[in-house]
Amino acid sequence: METALSLHRLHFAFTITYHYLFPQLTMGLALLIFLLKTMFLRTGNPAYDRAAQFWVRLFGINFAMGVVTGIPMEFQFGTNWSRFSKAAGGVIGQTLAMEGMYSFFLESTFLGILLYGRERVSARIHWLASLGVFLGSWLSGFFIIATDAWMQHPVGHRIGPNGEIILESLSAFLLNPWTYAQYAHTMTGSVVTASAFVCSIGAFYLLRDRHAEYGRLFLRLGVPIFALSSVMMIFPTGDIQGKMVAQNQPVALAAMEGHFETGSGVPLNVLGQPDVEKRRLDNPLRIPNVLSLISYGRWNAEVKGLNDVPRELWPDNIPLLYYSFHIMVGLGTLFVALSLSSFVALRMGRLFNSKALLWPLLLALPFPYIANTAGWMVAELGRQPWLIYGVMKTSEGFSSRVSAGNAMFTLLGFMGLYTVLTMLFLFLMQREIALGPEETH
Amino acid sequence: METLWFCLVALTIAAYVILDGFDLGAGAVHFLLGKNSEERETLLETIGPFWDGNEVWLLAGGGTLYFAFPTLYASAFEGFYLPLMMVLWLLILRGIAIEFRHQMHDVLWTPAWDAVFCGASAALPVFFGAALGNVVRGVPLDSNREFFLPLWTNFRVSAEPGVLDWYTILVGLLALAALAMHGALWIRLKTYEPIAGRAASLASRLWVCVAALTAIVTVASFQIRPALLRNFVEHPWGFVFPALALGGLALAGTRKSFLASCGYLAGMLCSVVFSVYPEVLPASPGHEPLTVHNAAAPDYGLRAGLVWWIPGLILAIGYATFLYRRFSGKAGKPAATSNSLRG
Repeated sequence: METALSLHRLHFAFTITYHYLFPQLTMGLALLIFLLKTMFLRTGNPAYDRAAQFWVRLFGINFAMGVVTGIPMEFQFGTNWSRFSKAAGGVIGQTLAMEGMYSFFLESTFLGILLYGRERVSARIHWLASLGVFLGSWLSGFFIIATDAWMQHPVGHRIGPNGEIILESLSAFLLNPWTYAQYAHTMTGSVVTASAFVCSIGAFYLLRDRHAEYGRLFLRLGVPIFALSSVMMIFPTGDIQGKMVAQNQPVALAAMEGHFETGSGVPLNVLGQPDVEKRRLDNPLRIPNVLSLISYGRWNAEVKGLNDVPRELWPDNIPLLYYSFHIMVGLGTLFVALSLSSFVALRMGRLFNSKALLWPLLLALPFPYIANTAGWMVAELGRQPWLIYGVMKTSEGFSSRVSAGNAMFTLLGFMGLYTVLTMLFLFLMQREIALGPEETH
Repeated sequence: METLWFCLVALTIAAYVILDGFDLGAGAVHFLLGKNSEERETLLETIGPFWDGNEVWLLAGGGTLYFAFPTLYASAFEGFYLPLMMVLWLLILRGIAIEFRHQMHDVLWTPAWDAVFCGASAALPVFFGAALGNVVRGVPLDSNREFFLPLWTNFRVSAEPGVLDWYTILVGLLALAALAMHGALWIRLKTYEPIAGRAASLASRLWVCVAALTAIVTVASFQIRPALLRNFVEHPWGFVFPALALGGLALAGTRKSFLASCGYLAGMLCSVVFSVYPEVLPASPGHEPLTVHNAAAPDYGLRAGLVWWIPGLILAIGYATFLYRRFSGKAGKPAATSNSLRG
C-alpha cells in the first residue's frame, strides 16, 4: 500500500513539475509579446514586430510542450487519484471545466492566428490575437490556482452525511482569499521567468555581438519588467502569501523554517540543515526576530514550533520542504539584486557595455525555473499530510485499484517520453536562438 | 438536471469526435494521400490551425464530465488506467509531431515526424473505439463502484473481461475506418488536385469498410447486450439517431459529403448514448451499473454549473466559427498554378 501511494505521488509530482516548466514561461512571455505587439502598433517600428515574431516562435515551441504535457494532468486526477476525484470532483471539477470552456478555447483559437495567420489577417487582428493568447493563458492560470487554493484552504463546501464533499457556494469557492494571494505570487513568478529569459537572450546577443540591435531591444524591454516582477515577488505578493501560510498552515510554516521550539521573537534561519529525528537545525545562521516579523508583522510575535504539533500532522518530507523554501527565497533575493542593478545601469546608459552585468544576466536563465519549481514544492509539500487541507489525507485519495506495478510502468513511460521531449525541445530552442530575430520569417 | 448534463456531456463528446475526428482521420491516411514531403505538408496545413482547438473539446468534455459526474470520472479513469495512459502518450507524440515537423526542413526530421503523426493518429481512434466498446459491453464494478481492467485477458467477452476483446477490437476498427473516411472527406474539401481526387477515391474504398463494420458491430452489440433495444422500444422517437447515422452513411458514400460523415458520426454516437441511458457506465452481468443518478454531483453544483457552462459553450462555438472562417479555403496550390510557378 505504502509503495503504491508513494508511486502515485511521485507520478503526479514528476509530471506536474515537468509540465510547469513550460506554462511558467509562456504565461509571462504572452504578456511580453503582447507589449511588443502593442509597441509595434503604436510606433509602426518594424523592429518591434520582428522581435515579437521571434518570441512568438519560441513561444510556439514552449506552448506545444505545455499543451501536450498538460493533458496528462487533468487525466491523472481520475487515473491516479480516483478516491480524491470521487469525493471532490463536484467542487474542483467546476474550475477545471471552466478552464476548458473559458481559457483553452480562447487560447487555442488565437494561438492559431498568432502562429499561422500573420499573412492572413491585418496587423490589428494579429495584435488582438496576442491579446487573446495573453488573456487565455492568464485565465487558465487563474482556474488552476483556484483549484489548488481550494486544496490548500477549502471554502464554500460542506461535508455530507456519508463524508462526501458537497459544493455549497460557487461564489465562496471562486472568491477564496487564498486564490488571489497565490495567483498574484504565481503569475508574478511567471513574469520573472519570462523577463529573465528575454534579458538572458538579449545579453547573449550583445556579448556575442550578433543581432545586437535586438539584444538592446530585449534588454530595454526585459530589464525593467524583471526588476519590477522580482521586487513584487517579495513585496507585496510573497509577503501576503507568507502571512496567509502563517495564519492557516502554521505547521507548514514551522517546517519550512526548520522551527521546532515554540517561542516569541523567533529568528529567521538563513542557512542550516534540519535534523528531523533530533528535532533541531544544525549549523544555523540566524537573523534575530525576523521570522516573527515577516509572519505576523510584529517583532515579538509568537511562532508555533513543530514540537507543539502531533508528529502525524507534520509534513512528511520536512528537509525537502525546508530546502525548497530556502532555495526559493535565496534565489528571489538574488534576482532583486541583479535586476535592480541592471535597471540602474540601463537608466545610466551603461548596461549594454557592462560585461559585469551582462554575464550574470546571461547565466540567470535557469534560476527562475528553479525558484518557481521550489515555490510549488513549498506549497504542495507544506500541505502534507493533507490532500485537501484539514478535510482529506493524501493517503486516502489515491486510486487503490491501480497497483504499484502499474503505476511504476506508466511513471517510467512518462520519464522516458519526457527525456526524449527534453532533448528535442532543447535542440529546437537552441536552433531558434542561434538563428535569431533577423532570420525569423 | 442529471439528464440535462448527460446530454451536454454527450454533446461535447460528439463535438470532439466530429472535430478532432477529421484531424485524427487525416493523420491516419497521411501516407496514403501524401505521396511526397511537399504533399504531406499540404495535408498538415489543412489541420494546422484547427487541431489544437479541436482537441480542446476533449479537455472540455473531460472537465464537464469531471464536475457533473465525478463518480463516473473517477471510476472510469481508474478502471481504464492503462489504456488511458497510452492514449496520453499517443496524444503527446501526435501533438509534438504536428508542431515540431515544420520547425525544420530536413530529410530525416520531416519523414520521422510524418511517421509519428500517422502512427499516433491511426492508433488513437482504435483506442477511442475500444473504449466505447467497453462501455457498451459493461465493466465489473465492485460495491465501491470501482474496477480495474487489464489490457486483455482471453479476448473473449466473458466474466473476466479485458479492455481488449474481439468485440471492443471490432468497435476500435470501425472507429478507425469511420474516422479515416471522415478525414479523407475533409482533405478532399480542403485541397486541390491531385490530392483531392486521391482522397475521394480513398473515401469510397473506406466507405465499404465502414458500411460492413457498422452492420457487424450493430448486430454484435445487440447480441452482447440485448437491453440496448429497450429504450428504442419504449421511446420510438429514438430511432432518429440510427436514422441519422444511416442517412449520413448513405450520403457520405454517394455524395462524398463531409457534412454527411459528420451526421454519421453524430448519429452513431447518439444511438449508443440513447440506448444505454440512464446508465452511464454499464456493468458486467451481476454487477451494479453507474447511472446518471448515482454518479452525478449534488444538485447545487449542477445548477451553478449551468450558469457559466452555457455562455462558455456559446463563446467556444463563436471562436470556432471565427477560426474556421479565417482559415477557410484550400491549403496548398492548384496544380496548374504551381506548375506554372515552377515553370
